[in-house]
Amino acid sequence: MRPFGKPAAVALAALLTLTACGGANEATRAAKGPQPLRMTIWTSNEAHLKLFNEIAAEYRKTHPDIGEITFDPIPFENYTTTLTTQIAGGNAPDLAWILENSAPDFVSSGALAPLDDTLRKAEGYGFDDLTPSAVKLWQAEGKLYAYPFSTSPFGVFVNTDLLKKAGQKTPAEMIKAGTWTWEKVVAQNAAVASGTGKAGMVVRDFDYKSWDNLASVWGGWGAQAWSEDGRTCGFDSPEMVEAMTFLHRAVFTDKAFPGPGTTADFFAGDAAMTITQISRASLLQDAKFGWDLVPLPAGPKGEYSVIGQAGLGVFKKSANAAAAVDFLAFFTNPANSARLAAYFPPPRASQLTADTLAKSNPLLKPEQLQQVVIGGIEKGVVKPSHTGQAELAQTVRAALDPLWQPGADVKAVLGGVCARIQPMLGT
Amino acid sequence: MTGRADVRPVTRGNATGRTGGTGSGRPLWTVRRRDNLVGYLLITPQLLGSVLFVLLPLGLVLWYSLHEWNVLAGTFEFVGTENYDRLLADANLREVLAGTAVFSAGLVVFNLALALLLAILLNQRLRGTTFFRTVFFSPVVVSLVAWTIVWQFLLQDDGGVNGLLGAAGVDGPNWLRGEGTAMSAVIVVQVLKNVGLNMVLFLAALQGVPAQLYEAAALDGAGAWTRFRRITVPLISPTILLTSIITVVGSLQVFAQIAVLTQGGPGMSTTVLVYYLYQQAFQFHHFGYGATLSVLLFAIVALLTVVQWRMRRKWVIDET
Repeated sequence: MRPFGKPAAVALAALLTLTACGGANEATRAAKGPQPLRMTIWTSNEAHLKLFNEIAAEYRKTHPDIGEITFDPIPFENYTTTLTTQIAGGNAPDLAWILENSAPDFVSSGALAPLDDTLRKAEGYGFDDLTPSAVKLWQAEGKLYAYPFSTSPFGVFVNTDLLKKAGQKTPAEMIKAGTWTWEKVVAQNAAVASGTGKAGMVVRDFDYKSWDNLASVWGGWGAQAWSEDGRTCGFDSPEMVEAMTFLHRAVFTDKAFPGPGTTADFFAGDAAMTITQISRASLLQDAKFGWDLVPLPAGPKGEYSVIGQAGLGVFKKSANAAAAVDFLAFFTNPANSARLAAYFPPPRASQLTADTLAKSNPLLKPEQLQQVVIGGIEKGVVKPSHTGQAELAQTVRAALDPLWQPGADVKAVLGGVCARIQPMLGT
Repeated sequence: MTGRADVRPVTRGNATGRTGGTGSGRPLWTVRRRDNLVGYLLITPQLLGSVLFVLLPLGLVLWYSLHEWNVLAGTFEFVGTENYDRLLADANLREVLAGTAVFSAGLVVFNLALALLLAILLNQRLRGTTFFRTVFFSPVVVSLVAWTIVWQFLLQDDGGVNGLLGAAGVDGPNWLRGEGTAMSAVIVVQVLKNVGLNMVLFLAALQGVPAQLYEAAALDGAGAWTRFRRITVPLISPTILLTSIITVVGSLQVFAQIAVLTQGGPGMSTTVLVYYLYQQAFQFHHFGYGATLSVLLFAIVALLTVVQWRMRRKWVIDET
C-alpha cells in the first residue's frame, strides 16, 4: 500500500458523501412542499421587522405553497460585503435589499431577476405610479431589476435649544428670511462650537471616510464625483475645488464641523445640526431637546437635494426566484407601500403627499414632510454610485485622506484623486 | 528507523507461520501491514481534518488564483496567469508590502524586546510579581475586537491617550489619522495585546537557566550585562527562535486591528497584505486576484519561516 493511499481514499469518500448529501437535500427540498423564502436586510429595528413579518404572514395566508419567510438582518457597515460573501459561499438569499452605492454592480451583473412583467401583471399594483427618478438607478436596458424600496432624502436636523443657547436664529426664521445658506449655517455652527462647547454640524456617517455622504454638501456648489455618464472624474472640477475649499475652511479654520477623529452624536444632544436621511427621525422619539428638520442649506448654485436609496431585488439563481418575485409584488403593492412609508419613503407618486406621509410619520410636521421629503424626492440627485463602486470608493477615500489635515493643499489633493480614479472610470 | 528494524524479523516469522501461503510465497496480511493499517486508522481523523480544512483549501486557493470569479454574475473563468501578471503590475502592491514589512518588523522588535524585559523584571524574587504577571498576561485572553475597539476610543483625537498627554502639558497628535502615527498606534495596540504570551514563554525559559552558571560567572567577575549576554541569551535562544517565528507569522496575519482602527488608512499607510487581500476579494469582488494575493502571502510566510529555521544553526544553542 502506498503511504497516502488509504487516507486519501477516505478523504475522497467523505467529500463525495458530503457532496451527495448536498444534492440529496436540494432534491428533497424541492419535493417537500412549502418553500421558505429568505430576505437579507440592513435594519434590525424591531418596529421595522414587526411590520415586515406582518406583511409576510398576510401573504402566506393566501399562498400555502410558501413556507416561512425570514428577514435576515446584516449590519449596515458590512452589508454588501456580507451579502456577496453569502453569494460566493453558495448561500445567497432569495431576496435582498441593495444599497444605492452597489446598485450599478448588482443591476449590471445579471444576478438579479427582472421584475417588470410580474409587477405590471399584479392586480392593482399600479406600476406606472412609480416615479421615474426613483426607478432610474435600478434599471438596465429598459428592465427593472430592483424595486426602489426606500427613497430617502437628506435633510438637516437641528437642535434648536443649542442654537438659542448660542444666540443664533432658528432655521425656520432663516428660511423665512431667505438666509438658510451654507455660508450662514457654517457661521452659526462655529458660534455654537465656540460658545457652548458642543459640536456644530455633523455629516452623519461621513467620519472623514465615507466621502459619498459629502454629496449632501458639495451639491450646493453643483459639484459631482463624476460626470453623468460615469466616465469623467469630477473631483478636480472648479465647483468641487470651491466646495471642498469651503468645507476644509469650515472644519479646520471655523471649527464649525467636529474634526477628524472626534465624535459627536446629534441624537444624544452633542451637536447643533446633522445632515442625514429622514428615516433617522425615529431616533428623536425621546429627544430631550427642541428640534427641527429642514432642507439642506442653499449653496452658491442655489437650492438642491440629495437622496439615498435602497432597492429590493430577487436573485435569478434562487431556486424560488419566481415565488420571490411574486412575494416582492405583494410586499410593495400600494397598500403595503403605504404602511412601509412609515419608515421608508415610497417611490409611488400617489403616496408622496404630505397627508399620506403624515399619517405614518407622527414625529414629523406636514411642512417638514412637504419641504424635505416630497420636495427632496422631486428634485433630488441620488448619491454617487458607479460600477466597481467599492474599489472606487476605497481609492477615493485613500486619495482624499491628505485633505483632512489642517494645512492641506485642496486643489492638489483633488487633482490627486482624479489621477487615481480616472483610469478606473475610463474602463 | 529503529521501528523498522524491530519489526522486520517478526514479520518474517509470521509470514511463514500464519498465512498458509497465497501461492505467490509473499503473504498479503502481514503483521507489519496490519500495524501500518492500525497506525493509519489512528491518524486518519487528524489527517482527514488536515486534508479537508488545510490542504484542500490551499489547493483550491491555487486553483482560484488561475481564475476570474465574478460572484455577482456567477461566472468562473480560467484566465491562466492573468492574476499573476496583475500582481506584478499592481501599483499598490509596493506600498502594501512596504507597510506590511514596517508593521512586522516593528511588531517583532517591540514585542520581543518588551516581552523579554518584562520577563526579566518579573523573574526577580520580589513581592507582587505574580500580580504583575497576571496584569501583563490578561490582555492575551481578552477578545481581540473588544480590545481594539477600546483602544480606538482611547486613540481618538479627543480620546483618553491625548487627555493624559494634555494633562501633562503635551499636545498629542491625532493618532489614527496621521500617516506616521497610525502605523505606530496599530503596532503598539497589537504589542500590548500579545506581549503577555511571549513574556510567559520567556519567563519559563529564564527559570530553566541553571542558577549555578550565574554564580560561576559572578565568581569569575562577570557583570550583569555580560551574564545576560553570555549566559541568559544563549540559553534561552530556542525560546527566542520560537517566539520570533510565532510573532512574525502572526504579524503577517493581522487583520481585525486594521479593520477596526484604520481600515487601511490614512491613505494606504496601514493597508497590510492581509487587509489588502480582504479588500480585493470581499469588498471589490476580485476573488481570483484575492486568491493570488493569498498565494503571495503563503510564499512570504513559508520563506520567512524557512529562513528563520535555517538561521537557528547560527545562533540557537544546541542546534548544529
